[in-house]
Amino acid sequence: MLGGIALTLFCLWFSQNNHLLPVPASANAGAIDSLFNVMLTIALGLFVLVQGVLIYAGIRFRKRPGDDTDGPPIRGNIPLEVLWTSIPAVLVLGISLYSFEIYSEMGGLDPMASGGTLVAHNHGGAAIAATIDEDPATRDLQKRGAKDNTLAYGVGASRGGMSNADLDVDVMGLQYAWLFTYPDTGVLSGELHVPLDKTVQLNIKAQDVLHAFWIPQFRLKQDAIPGQQTSLRFKPVVTGRYPIVCAELCGAYHGAMRAEVVVDSPEDYDTWMASMVAAVDPADKLTLAAAAGDFTEANPQTMSDRNFLKPYSEEMGVNAKTLQGMSHLH
Amino acid sequence: MAQTQVRPLVEDELPQEPKGEWKKYFTFNTDHKVIGIQYLVTSFIFFLIGGALATGVRLELATPEVDFVSRELYNQLFTIHATVMIFLWIVPAGTGAFGNYLLPLLLGCNDMAFPRLNAIAFWMIPPGGVLLMSSFFINEGAAASGWTSYPPLSLMNGKSGELIWILSVLVLGTSSILGAINFLTTIIKMRTPGMKFNNMPLFCWAMFAASILILVSTPVLAGALILLSFDLLAGTSVFNPSGGGDPVVYQHMFWFYSHPAVYIMILPVFGTISEILPVHSRKPIFGYLAIAYSSLAISFLGLIVWAHHMFTSGTPAWLRMFFMIATMVIAVPTGIKVFSWLATIWGGKLRLNSAMLFAMGFVSMFVIGGLSGVMVASVPFDIHVHDTYFVVAHLHYVLFGGSVFGLYASIYHWFPKMTGRMINETWGRIHFVLTLVGFNLCFLPMHYLGLMGMPRRVAEYDPQFATINTICSIGSYILAVSTIPFLVNAVVCWRSGEKAPANPWDGLTLEWTLSSPPPEHNFPTPPVLKTGPYDYGVRERRGSKKRPISKLRASDILSN
Repeated sequence: MLGGIALTLFCLWFSQNNHLLPVPASANAGAIDSLFNVMLTIALGLFVLVQGVLIYAGIRFRKRPGDDTDGPPIRGNIPLEVLWTSIPAVLVLGISLYSFEIYSEMGGLDPMASGGTLVAHNHGGAAIAATIDEDPATRDLQKRGAKDNTLAYGVGASRGGMSNADLDVDVMGLQYAWLFTYPDTGVLSGELHVPLDKTVQLNIKAQDVLHAFWIPQFRLKQDAIPGQQTSLRFKPVVTGRYPIVCAELCGAYHGAMRAEVVVDSPEDYDTWMASMVAAVDPADKLTLAAAAGDFTEANPQTMSDRNFLKPYSEEMGVNAKTLQGMSHLH
Repeated sequence: MAQTQVRPLVEDELPQEPKGEWKKYFTFNTDHKVIGIQYLVTSFIFFLIGGALATGVRLELATPEVDFVSRELYNQLFTIHATVMIFLWIVPAGTGAFGNYLLPLLLGCNDMAFPRLNAIAFWMIPPGGVLLMSSFFINEGAAASGWTSYPPLSLMNGKSGELIWILSVLVLGTSSILGAINFLTTIIKMRTPGMKFNNMPLFCWAMFAASILILVSTPVLAGALILLSFDLLAGTSVFNPSGGGDPVVYQHMFWFYSHPAVYIMILPVFGTISEILPVHSRKPIFGYLAIAYSSLAISFLGLIVWAHHMFTSGTPAWLRMFFMIATMVIAVPTGIKVFSWLATIWGGKLRLNSAMLFAMGFVSMFVIGGLSGVMVASVPFDIHVHDTYFVVAHLHYVLFGGSVFGLYASIYHWFPKMTGRMINETWGRIHFVLTLVGFNLCFLPMHYLGLMGMPRRVAEYDPQFATINTICSIGSYILAVSTIPFLVNAVVCWRSGEKAPANPWDGLTLEWTLSSPPPEHNFPTPPVLKTGPYDYGVRERRGSKKRPISKLRASDILSN
């Protein structure tokens, strides 16, 4: 009896103080961790119960030598069966509701995400046209107009134009790298920089095969699907460098397809952004922005061998030159 | 009771095995018992092959760098490992081997409904398996897109390997469908007179539920794979996004089969566990009806949860919520089974032999997989752990801790019936301990790897995970070694073990009324039941016919 109480207390303590998850670095990570802790508490409790019964029965009820008799012919017990049907039912419904709450808190149930119609992403041309336009205001309008009737999947998914995030970043997954384009400045980077405490919306696409964009410290993952847009929204709350992992098998170098997200203080972010803008030659800006517009048409069949094979090279970092090469395809 | 036509049991009589009897296992034999053993031995050979592939995977993962095999070969290894374990081991062993061997014996009939179809279904397995393995020897290598074979990647890796993979899975799937037709017909039409649905052994219920799943879902997989082959060979764009196809549609079709496949792999084992626990606990099964109908509930719910494999894919929010709740609900019928099993052993007289140890090990390990299953059903949590080692751990607790432990329990339990020889218990217990230790050492730490950020299907990984991966690899080596005592024990005892009596475990189901091994056409006349399949302890309480349980005879079970 005492042992049982001690075990229960240990389960409770362990599930609340486990160090089984990496640092929670996004605003919603804490809520997901709490959900995990609750599920772990329940799971550990049931685990201890089942293992306890098995081990206790194995010792206490083992056949004694010379005893050839049968056990008592007990065939069932309706109240007991009702109990062990209803308790798990209540538990899983509770976990479902709790998960529902957290998912909704994460923005997974954003009303803007529903009701849109799924259309093919053929607005690449509009994006190019928009970039040529010098006026940023018109550019944004046109771009958003083109995206407007597009339904994206994912957490915080919303129709492109309705994104009221502080920062939008276009993410492109390709064998075997992640590319990040900042539509507001046209900056293109192999490393994702985001400012602390700002809502960031990632619009994720894939160029060739399925990839999955995962930041374990943000507890967020979303597949990148060729021909469809998906999205993720988060607010980073702890500065630092975290891995971006590809979590969907994408070929031989799948395990090497990694990048980093850097959560900067707002000042550091501005400095980084300024340095990136300065680094981009004005002449390149057009082509780079165009490249960021839409990669989905760049399928392997229409790519030159050089460009198709480029990502396979041992060197994983994709530099601006490669991208320039790709952009000429459009 | 006037004339007992049931074959009188002479304990030390072993049916005369004519010379060259073993040859029948290599022929197109229509005897369900021969086919069952053919299935079991063939699938076990593939289990060893799949295990060797897994050991290759773990050897690679013992260090963070790519050093043991090339990246390309690594992807082939885990792809074929999963395909072999699912389509050539657990499905044919669970449904094919035990379904075929046991159903007619448990139902009291002489053979399956369609014996020739049955033999055809079996003889599709070896060609399908050999075809799959042959793809390692072609230039481009075997399929390397995972057993899920998601396009567009599956359309871009080697064409021949992928095509062979598709063909092989189609052949094996067809075999499974043929088997299911046979099981369903046999259960519905061929029960011995007096055996109603509600007093047939629980294994029959489990096979009934599993066969429905096979029939409903396997054709959808076949459809998906045929469409995939069009994309692969004819350049169509059903799933290929570069021509306007939708790769997410493939995922829906694939998981419409492949989630129920989990239940196809676990339900027959649930069935055998419900047979084994009462016999060795000497108690009736607890909550017969609840266990029987929970199989049907699992079967139905299993068909409407497939998209929980796609929570991070192109699945809209409302659909994510629907599939989350449907998935969570499956925990209820599964929980009913687990608690009923625990109540069955509670207060019994447990004979802790190899079969019982593996059966209790099954309950113990499967529960871990079930609990982590509820966790990954939760959308917000699954978004974090999907496609990570957490899922690898979860699925192995279900399919190895569940299905394979259950299959081992079943092999130990019915070994005397199948071979006519007893299996060595000491070596069986050594096998159990090695399997339990190796399995947990290999897969328990993987939960942590996934939570901390290690994705699955990678040949190289962050060095911070090196120590734990080494531990997992050591566990996998123990697991590999654990098959050796079993293999030697089974082969030696099959050839020269102690001769088995008709009813070594004092079981009350019909197979124990026949000699070990049973005669070719099982029952000379349809057996008439005198007891239920789980009436342990009942006889003694009535006070009549008090006879030590060790002297249980066919006439205690049958009245003719």
